[in-house]
Amino acid sequence: MNAERITEKLNILADAAKYDVSCASSGSKRKNENKGLGNASNGICHSYTEDGRCVSLLKILLTNHCIFDCAYCVSRKSNDIKRAAFTVQEVVDLTINFYRRNYIEGLFLSSGIFKNADYTMERLVQIAKKLRTEHNFNGYIHLKSIPGASDELMHEAGLYADRLSVNLEMPTEEGLKLLAPDKNRQDMIQPMDFLKRGIIQNTEEKKLFKKAPMFAPAGQSTQVIIGATPENDQQILGAANYFYKNFNLRRVYYSGYVPVLADNRLPALNTAVPMVRENRLYQADWLMRFYGFKVNEIVSNTQQHLDLDIDPKLGWAIRNMQVFPVDINKADLLMILRVPGIGVQSAQKIVSARKFGKLNWEQIKKMGVTINRARYFITCNSNSFERRDLTGNNIKQFILAESHSKYLKNKPDQLSLF
Amino acid sequence: MTTTLLYDGTFEGLLTAIFEIYERKLIYVKLQQGEWHNTALFNEVLPVITDSTRANRVLKALHQKLSSDGLQRLYIAHTADIKNEDDILVGYIRHVFDTSQNIEEDYGNKYMMRVSEIVRMMRREKHRMEAFVRFQKLQDGTFYAAIEPDFNVLPLLRRHFKSRYADQKWMIYDTKRNYALYYDLHDAEFVSIDFTDNTKAGNTIAAYTEDEEVYQHLWKNYFKSVNIASRKNTKLHVRHIPKRYWKHLTEKI
Repeated sequence: MNAERITEKLNILADAAKYDVSCASSGSKRKNENKGLGNASNGICHSYTEDGRCVSLLKILLTNHCIFDCAYCVSRKSNDIKRAAFTVQEVVDLTINFYRRNYIEGLFLSSGIFKNADYTMERLVQIAKKLRTEHNFNGYIHLKSIPGASDELMHEAGLYADRLSVNLEMPTEEGLKLLAPDKNRQDMIQPMDFLKRGIIQNTEEKKLFKKAPMFAPAGQSTQVIIGATPENDQQILGAANYFYKNFNLRRVYYSGYVPVLADNRLPALNTAVPMVRENRLYQADWLMRFYGFKVNEIVSNTQQHLDLDIDPKLGWAIRNMQVFPVDINKADLLMILRVPGIGVQSAQKIVSARKFGKLNWEQIKKMGVTINRARYFITCNSNSFERRDLTGNNIKQFILAESHSKYLKNKPDQLSLF
Repeated sequence: MTTTLLYDGTFEGLLTAIFEIYERKLIYVKLQQGEWHNTALFNEVLPVITDSTRANRVLKALHQKLSSDGLQRLYIAHTADIKNEDDILVGYIRHVFDTSQNIEEDYGNKYMMRVSEIVRMMRREKHRMEAFVRFQKLQDGTFYAAIEPDFNVLPLLRRHFKSRYADQKWMIYDTKRNYALYYDLHDAEFVSIDFTDNTKAGNTIAAYTEDEEVYQHLWKNYFKSVNIASRKNTKLHVRHIPKRYWKHLTEKI
C-alpha cells in the first residue's frame, strides 16, 4: 500500500464529499451472521468535527471527476481543482480497516459522474457487493443513487446497501434548472420511485418469508441545499413534506449553502453560511415527524419564513394562544407535545407519571421540562401559575430576554456593570 | 433511630440488606458499602453478610412486582457504582414493595425519578463508549483499547462489542477500575489486570502491527478533511466530545 498516495486521495475525496450532510447510520437491522464483521442497528456517532457535525461513516467520493457543471458544487467540471479516484480495492480496505478500529459505523459512498450515470452507479454497487459478499461485512452502507441510473442497478444497490439517497439538491425545479442545467428533476424522482416500490414490495415479502433478502432496510433519504436559491421556507418545507408523504423518505437533510465558488447565479463568496435558518428548518422537520404538526401549521401564506429568533414550536404557540394554558395533569399526549419547553421524552414521562398522582412544578422540572418556557403555557398541581394576561408577543420578549442563545439574531443590549 | 447497614457492594449484598430491613422491620435506614469500623457513636450499625438464599427471595419478590425492564434498570443503577446512591436504591425497592400496584413509571416519586436519571446517565456513557473506543491493532492480532468512563459501564458493553467484532480478538481496558473485557473469538470475559509500568503506553506502540500507524494517520487526516472551517463551532464540538475523553481518541491526540 502506498500510504502517501492513499492519504492524498483520501484528503481530496473526503474534502469533496463533506458538503453532503447526511450522516445517519441508524434505521437498519443488519445482524452479524456467521461470525463475520460488524452489524448495523441504532446508529453511533463515533466522532465530531470542529464544526460540531457528527462523523459516523467514512464519507467519501469514489472520484471527483465529473461531467456535470452544477454551479453550487466544488467538483463541477469547470472548477480548476485537483482530481483523484479510488480503486474499488482501496475503498474496501479503508472501510474494513477503519471499521475494525471502531472509527466508523460503515461507508457512505458517493461519486462525481464519470462517463455516464450507469457506469458510475455500477462501480458504487461493485464496492458494496465486494464488502458484503467477499468480506462478510455487515456494517452500514449508504450509497448515493446516481440520477438517471437504470432500474437494474438500483435494484442491485438495494440488495447490498442499507440506505440509498438521491439528492434533490434544490427545493424547487426552477432552482435546479438555474444552477444545475445538466440535471433534471425527473431523473431524480425516477430512482426514488423505483426504490419506494422496491422497499414496499420487500416489506410484503418479509411478512411472508422471514428469510427474504433485505432491500435497503434503512430506507431512502434526500438533501436540499438552503440559501443558494431564493426559495422561502414554505416552499422548502412544502417540498420536504411532499417527499415524506409520497416517497416514504426517512429523512430530508437541509444543507446551508457554503459559498465555495464565484458565480453570478450564486450568493457572493463572503456570504455567511445560513446556519440559523438551517437549524430552524431542522426543528420544523422534527415537529412534522415526531410532534404531530402539519406543515401548514408551521409555515403558511402569511408566514412564509420561519422566525429566526425563536424556534418554530414557540412560534406556533404564540400564534395560537387561544389553546393555552394546558393542564398537564389532564391534557392528552399530543397536546402536551405542543407545549414549548416539553420534549418527546418528558411528555411521555408526564403521561406515565400522572397516573400515580397529580404533578407539580418541581416534579416536571425533574423530568426534564424547561420551566422557563413551559410556564407561560401550562398549569399543574400548584397554585402558582402565570396569572397575567400576556399576549404572544409579550411572552416572546420575556423568553428572548432570558435566553442566551448564540442563534439570537438581534442580541438584547447587555447590562454593563460600570 | 437510624440503622446503618454495611454491605459488600454487590447486587446480592444489596438484596440481602433489603431482606434484613424487612425481617427486622427497620424504618430509618442508611446503606453503606465497606468494612465495619466501630466509629459511629450514635447510630446502630448492622453488618450485612451477603447470603444468596435471602438475596434470591428478594429477587423473586421483585420479579413479581416489576417488569423485567424495571428490574434491569435497578440492576444498571447499581452497576453504575456511584458514591452515596445506595439509599436511593433502597428507597426504590421499598417503594416497590410498599405499593400494591406496579410503580416503576411513577416519576413523580423521587426514588423512581433518580433511578431513571442514573439509568439515563449510564446509558449515555455506554453509548459514548460504544462510539469512543479506539482499537489499536497489536502484533498478535488483538485489537486493544483503553477507556476511562465516568461510570462503571464495561459490563454493559459486552453484548455490543461481542456481536459486532466477532471475527477479531479484542480487549477493552478500563484504566480507572483496573479490569478489562477480553474476547478470544469464542467468548467475552472480564479479566482483572493490573498493568504495571512496563506495559504502559510506550510498550503498546512497540507492539503495534506495521500498518497500525498508517491507519491512525489516515484517520487523523480524514477527520481534518471533513471539517468545514467556515462552520466552526467549538462549543458544540466540545459538548459532543467532552475534553476528558480526548486522551483516548486517536483523532484528538
